[in-house]
Amino acid sequence: MGAKQRALSQGRIWSWVAMGGPLGLLLVLFLVYPVGQLLLLSIHNDSGFTLAQYRQLFASSVYVDVLLITLKISLVTTLVCVVTGYPIAYLISVVGKERKATLLFWVLLSFWTSFLVRAFAWIVLLGRNGVINKLLLSLGIISSPANLLYNFGSVLVGMVNALLPLAVLTMLSVMENIDRNLPRAAATLGARPGMAFWKIYFPLSLPGVAAAGIMVFVTAIGFFIVPALLGGRRDTMITQLIIDQIQQTMNWGFAGAISVLLLFVVLIVFAAYDRLLGLSTMTGSAAARKPEPSRLSEPLAKVGDVLLTVLGTISDAIISLLPSRRRDRNPDQPGLGLQAFVWTMLLIISLPTVLMIPLSFGKGGLNWPPQGFTLHWYETVLASPVWTQAMLRSLMVGVGTGLLAMLIGTPAAFLLVRSDIPGKGAWLAFILSPIVVPRMIIAVGLFYVFANIGLVGSAFGLILGHTVVAVPYVVMTMMAVLRNYDTRLDHAASSLGARPFATLRHVTFPILGAGMMSSFLFAFATSFDELTIALFATGGLNATLPKQFWDEVTLQVSPVIAAVSTCLFIFMGLLIFTAERLRRRAAAR
Amino acid sequence: MVSSSLRILGLSKRYGDFVALAPTSLDVAKGEFLTLLGPSGSGKTTLLSLIAGLAHPDEGQILVDDADVTHSPAYARDIGVVFQNYALFPHMTVEDNIAFPLKMRKVSEAEARRRTMEALETVRLPHVAKRFPRELSGGQQQRIALARCIVYRPAIILMDEPLGALDKKLRDQMQLEIKRIHRELRTTIIYVTHDQEEAMTMSDRICLMNAGAIEQLGTPEDLYFRPRSVFVADFLGESNLLSATVRDVDAHGLDIALAAQAAPSRAVGNGAQFAAGEPIKVMVRPQNLQVATAGAGGLTGRLVDVMISGSLTRLYIAPEVAGLPQLVAAYPTRSGSAPHEIGQLVSLAWNPADAVAIRDDGGR
Repeated sequence: MGAKQRALSQGRIWSWVAMGGPLGLLLVLFLVYPVGQLLLLSIHNDSGFTLAQYRQLFASSVYVDVLLITLKISLVTTLVCVVTGYPIAYLISVVGKERKATLLFWVLLSFWTSFLVRAFAWIVLLGRNGVINKLLLSLGIISSPANLLYNFGSVLVGMVNALLPLAVLTMLSVMENIDRNLPRAAATLGARPGMAFWKIYFPLSLPGVAAAGIMVFVTAIGFFIVPALLGGRRDTMITQLIIDQIQQTMNWGFAGAISVLLLFVVLIVFAAYDRLLGLSTMTGSAAARKPEPSRLSEPLAKVGDVLLTVLGTISDAIISLLPSRRRDRNPDQPGLGLQAFVWTMLLIISLPTVLMIPLSFGKGGLNWPPQGFTLHWYETVLASPVWTQAMLRSLMVGVGTGLLAMLIGTPAAFLLVRSDIPGKGAWLAFILSPIVVPRMIIAVGLFYVFANIGLVGSAFGLILGHTVVAVPYVVMTMMAVLRNYDTRLDHAASSLGARPFATLRHVTFPILGAGMMSSFLFAFATSFDELTIALFATGGLNATLPKQFWDEVTLQVSPVIAAVSTCLFIFMGLLIFTAERLRRRAAAR
Repeated sequence: MVSSSLRILGLSKRYGDFVALAPTSLDVAKGEFLTLLGPSGSGKTTLLSLIAGLAHPDEGQILVDDADVTHSPAYARDIGVVFQNYALFPHMTVEDNIAFPLKMRKVSEAEARRRTMEALETVRLPHVAKRFPRELSGGQQQRIALARCIVYRPAIILMDEPLGALDKKLRDQMQLEIKRIHRELRTTIIYVTHDQEEAMTMSDRICLMNAGAIEQLGTPEDLYFRPRSVFVADFLGESNLLSATVRDVDAHGLDIALAAQAAPSRAVGNGAQFAAGEPIKVMVRPQNLQVATAGAGGLTGRLVDVMISGSLTRLYIAPEVAGLPQLVAAYPTRSGSAPHEIGQLVSLAWNPADAVAIRDDGGR
């Protein structure tokens, strides 16, 4: 190998370092190190190695019970989200452009509305004087207000509301890549609608179902907002135990031990998923287009095939029993039953937050129906320096996170898509790991590290922490954009005499602009809505908006919060609307 | 093999304000190979979808062997479709793909396996049975799509631009293959393409469509030699179209006057009725336009360009007379054939039997 070639390859390695280095450094310093520290604390005390924390963890059944409850809530949530989310994603993937945009808007609005706002809305809705109780009373179904809150049911409703949009969007990304000619081909080959669905469409959508399942499950297992706000004492989840250990007793070692347990469960879930379906189905649209041959063994595949045939036969039997379906409707038109179901679900996940709006202008507190009209609650918010400062701080941290995540995430995406760097799969897994590791563990680890270097309570620390959890989304978005980008345009530019930098400035970036803008907004919104890290890293001072919201709502349920919720809801609505407009304008070009 | 006739009566389809198919009637005989030809947006794919049952007509009827199937769902029609992008099921092996229609018809497993292998033999790919579609080349996928369609012996097979994604050589080969299978199975085939050469090569009859309606229906010879409209003349093969006026009509042809040239000339009709004084277009195919050195009489023009494209040499000539478009003449390429000098004057002539009169419809 000539010296020139060696120099060239050395130059290439330097460019890899320049592009991927910042992101690698960030993740090592603010993900690997803090989480490692926390895990280390669980087996280490002043006198050296110890398993005392783990002995305590398994000494009584208290903690194991909490783990079981956590698993139960997460599992049921996942099941409900996937089953009800599937028809929604299906409808969105088959309807025309206009209606798709409408449906997607409501899913996205719900997706981007803060977990806190949605959980709070359910508190109000399900309360003793809430809409549901008032409705049931007026219909004469019950004679005195029922206790709808603080039980397993209310937690489940809140969790499903929180995670259904995620399930829909995950499944949608796979369904959109299913060739619509396939079910039609099945029809011409003699498959009735039910059979065509179960034998052709459903197996092809399975990677999406699996990805949605694991995303929802892993998110649910690390959740604390909904169970804390909507659950009773029997619905405590494992993450709340960690919060208690830190906030009440500062017991780092025990918090570390619980974290290990949580992480362990998550890793088992991922390992099982990988065994069954392969993790590659999760990471890229490329995988979805080219499904791997099932790794299920032959007899298992046979059983699956028989099962699908049975399902298809049953569906077709049911369809043929349905009274006088209009036969001459367009075969591609989705059924009315499906449409009704989807709109009902979208109503259920959007309505609570929408009902918050009239209540925030009411004089009579949060009781339904709202009485009178007043701007008092909004005046209270704006007159309170605590709220206004929290808002400003959230905006600042959000913009900072958006910029930082975009600045270090975009080059990394370039590196993963364009370069021939070895071990791409491993790099991608590393970059996406902040999504996999439960947020609570990252938050507690960061708190520990920040406390040692004096970053607690600073905006900079918060930006760093938020960037860690936002950057995977930026990388994924930019990778998708880059994969669709026609590199021949760059070649054309350079053949026309543009130097590399000029090519970037005049050709690449203008075309990628919309993608970069949307990944910025994604990172901004992630930070703007982030509570877990803020819960600790703000150190009780300098609260962000979600932190302030959390402090208030755990203290008392007041109409002031309804006013803040309304503001947040409208702000997010406008943001999505703008992002969508930007995206469409870019697409139309 | 079973084969059915197809009758279409007043079939139409709109999407909003857009007329995808104006009321259209068409008869296809048992075992016929009919091609729907036309530019994109001409309604040929719409017509195909309606026949397959993948879209529903606004009006009209579809009869298969005189039985009304207009309101039957696609799965009950017994019409096979070969899709443009093949639509092979990516999660099934080749074998399972081909056996799928048999399974839907509850054919026994042993019988299904036998017929699957038979279909694979027919398309000459018996060794790929266990592979997945993505492991095959485009041409192989095309054959599998064909095998999946013929395996259940549908009475009518519809093909939607099945060779569109293949390169020229493979396309020529597959054309022969499809013709062979058609001969062997004697199935009725309705074939959609926008490639006029493909249509000419393969079809018993061509149905040329334009703007959602049938422009002309007939044998390839009919369409090529007796185009009914300027559009047909233009779409099928190359043509020179000259404006002219009818002077007289007799039993053998027409006396005409070419525009901007007093000299009278003769042309044959395309089957339509002409009246004296009517403005017409006269079509002369390039291979029928004879080019000689200037002075031989007839039309004179200046040679603009010479192009050799393989077996044919094309001469582009700008007539000296105002009001006539640039003309093209073609003759077989021979080595050492006299070089034509660009810019030189030439005279043009043609046999009156090769000049076809077409009603001047403005060339919609």
